[in-house]
Amino acid sequence: MKTKIDEILEKYENIERDSLIPLLQEIQESQGYISEEAIVKTGKKLQIPTSKIYGVATFYNQFRFEPIGKYHIQVCRGTACHVLGSATVLQELESILKIKAGQTTRDGLFSIEVVACIGACGLAPVISINGEFFANVTSEKIREIINNYRSKEINHE
Amino acid sequence: MNISIEINGKKYEAQHRETILEVLNRNGIKVPTLCHMKGFIPSGACRICVVEIEGSSKLISSCSYPVSEGMKILTHSPRVIEARKTIVELLLSNHPDDCLYCVRNTNCELQNLAKEYHVIERRIFGSKNNFKTDFSSVSIVRNPNKCILCGRCVRVCEEIMGVSCIEYTYRGSKTCIGTTLQKGLNTSSCVNCGQCIMVCPTGALSEKNQTLAIKEVLGQKNKTVVVQYAPAISVSIAEAFGLEAGKDINGILNAALRKIGFDYVFDTSFAADLTIMEESAELIERIKHNKNLPMFTSCCPAWIKFAEEYAPEFLPNISTCKSPQQMMGAIIKSFFAKKKNISPEQIFSVSIMPCTAKKFEAQRETMSHNGISDVDLVITTRELIELIRVYGINMNQLEPEMTDTPFGIRSTAGKIFATSGGVTEAAIRTLYKELTNTELQKFKINEVRGFEGRKEMKLNINGKEIGIAVVSGLKNAAELITEIKNGRNDIHFIEIMSCPGGCIAGGGQIIGSSKNDIELRMKSLYHIDETENLKLSHKNPEVSELYSCFLEKPLSHKSHELLHTKYEKRDVLL
Repeated sequence: MKTKIDEILEKYENIERDSLIPLLQEIQESQGYISEEAIVKTGKKLQIPTSKIYGVATFYNQFRFEPIGKYHIQVCRGTACHVLGSATVLQELESILKIKAGQTTRDGLFSIEVVACIGACGLAPVISINGEFFANVTSEKIREIINNYRSKEINHE
Repeated sequence: MNISIEINGKKYEAQHRETILEVLNRNGIKVPTLCHMKGFIPSGACRICVVEIEGSSKLISSCSYPVSEGMKILTHSPRVIEARKTIVELLLSNHPDDCLYCVRNTNCELQNLAKEYHVIERRIFGSKNNFKTDFSSVSIVRNPNKCILCGRCVRVCEEIMGVSCIEYTYRGSKTCIGTTLQKGLNTSSCVNCGQCIMVCPTGALSEKNQTLAIKEVLGQKNKTVVVQYAPAISVSIAEAFGLEAGKDINGILNAALRKIGFDYVFDTSFAADLTIMEESAELIERIKHNKNLPMFTSCCPAWIKFAEEYAPEFLPNISTCKSPQQMMGAIIKSFFAKKKNISPEQIFSVSIMPCTAKKFEAQRETMSHNGISDVDLVITTRELIELIRVYGINMNQLEPEMTDTPFGIRSTAGKIFATSGGVTEAAIRTLYKELTNTELQKFKINEVRGFEGRKEMKLNINGKEIGIAVVSGLKNAAELITEIKNGRNDIHFIEIMSCPGGCIAGGGQIIGSSKNDIELRMKSLYHIDETENLKLSHKNPEVSELYSCFLEKPLSHKSHELLHTKYEKRDVLL
């Protein structure tokens, strides 16, 4: 069966190894992450060992290797947010969800991504969950926010 | 072309395009290196080889910088020494500092440098890494916490083996050598050759050590512990005991193994003779029917895994013969067990190999008979040396002993299996006899000897030309396979050994042996071949005996049952 990744790769005929990064970007755009399938098929197409592709992709923060969660949390690490304690927010978030930035919780509910600047410095430190912004977050607030999402999940089901 | 340069105030001649390090090495001036590997393009990653050049404000890494006319170099100025010391301290700043509990204790390049540069206190505190150790492979253990990111393993894996199962990942402050998606080595394309271990300066890469299991089984009363050792072993361990490198200490090794407590001691070279009988018969069959040619040898388990991953379309071309280790294991648990009236379950079969991939081979499903493995445990040359030491055996005081019967005789053809070209040479000798019914006039076949990555020759038997290729280093094998895919059809027999030079340079051998030591091992093997009388596998009386009272003839039903195997396409992350 032809997958979405096949379709993307088939679009390019005479493609060489210098196209690796744009290709990965396109795949991530379409899939939300770089899957094992994507790495293997891209490797075959470009004649690059999978380890090399993984080596290149892990250098860049933009690539993730797990599908994003139902609630995708973007933590702003821009200058303003940093000054107002976004490092602690990220740390707290990682400890509440028991995952690291770039990962997804096992139940597939939450994923964390670190972004350079969301462009809402006035609200710093700020996070965004599926596009919804939360301003002036603190360690306590973040716990509350996550709990709200969790109970929302339970009540729905 | 000649350039004149000045090193530490003295004039030296150098060639155009030579690196500073090459000139230093040639003239016996030692500067330390870590990431540097002879014969590879310099990477200049570790900076430990820095030198001072007059007129340059920066220190220069000598491994990657070419010489130029009039260059004035200082290799051991106070500034250089201080810089090197700082580099060592920085490398140690995030190191686990567990030298006492490390496999490479007393044989570690980082430890040696720390001592050389008198690093006796911690000045730089870095945060320690907390990477998971990868125990998933049956052959190789990878502990990234001890890694100094010199990249030697990555380059050997890519440039010599053509495998590339490891790579720098998460480059930046959290760089770590890793596999695709950080999966275990066991699901990667790793062929278990162990060449990464051989080049690792620290304890980040090591074999999966099985000495504890050996000690345990030797303590069990109800087990008959049988040991076999590969042809390469007896010419490889001498240097570990202060004897001259490459010296053949076959007899002493037998004595030492009995002293350790093994009940029966066998030389795998006997099974190598057996392999030749089967393999040459197989080749004759294939040539006769013009089927599945060229035939590839099957002695090297790293090559087999490589073929299963990268060239599955050539699996029918690989000889179905098990490797000598597995043949030996199979006849120990059948013929030998019966002869000695011991049940196969009671036998614990150990093999000592210069190879980490043999550990993988022994546990392949097809390497068993009626649910009993041919070989129960494989240890490397390094683990053997450890055992000899721990059992307090003084190799200098032992009287040479013979191996046990019934497999006590080997031909020199079986012995030279340990070097690249050896299998071919042994096979040609027997092949010639089988096809012409006369013996070769000259047994020495120079065309297939030596360290070259690819050796080719044409053999003329009865007016028929047989093309032969001998390859070592898997990348060279991949190149040859590409040629065959592109239509090359003048080769009938291809010997492939994964490690450059063959088993004498295997991934289970002593770490830190020089190229010269390895050459001496090869020399020693050919000296044995030169001086001993029994040079032909088919003239080995015990092989003949085994056929007449058990296996009948090469490729018989019994042989197929015990001595042959099959291969399968392997799905891994390539």
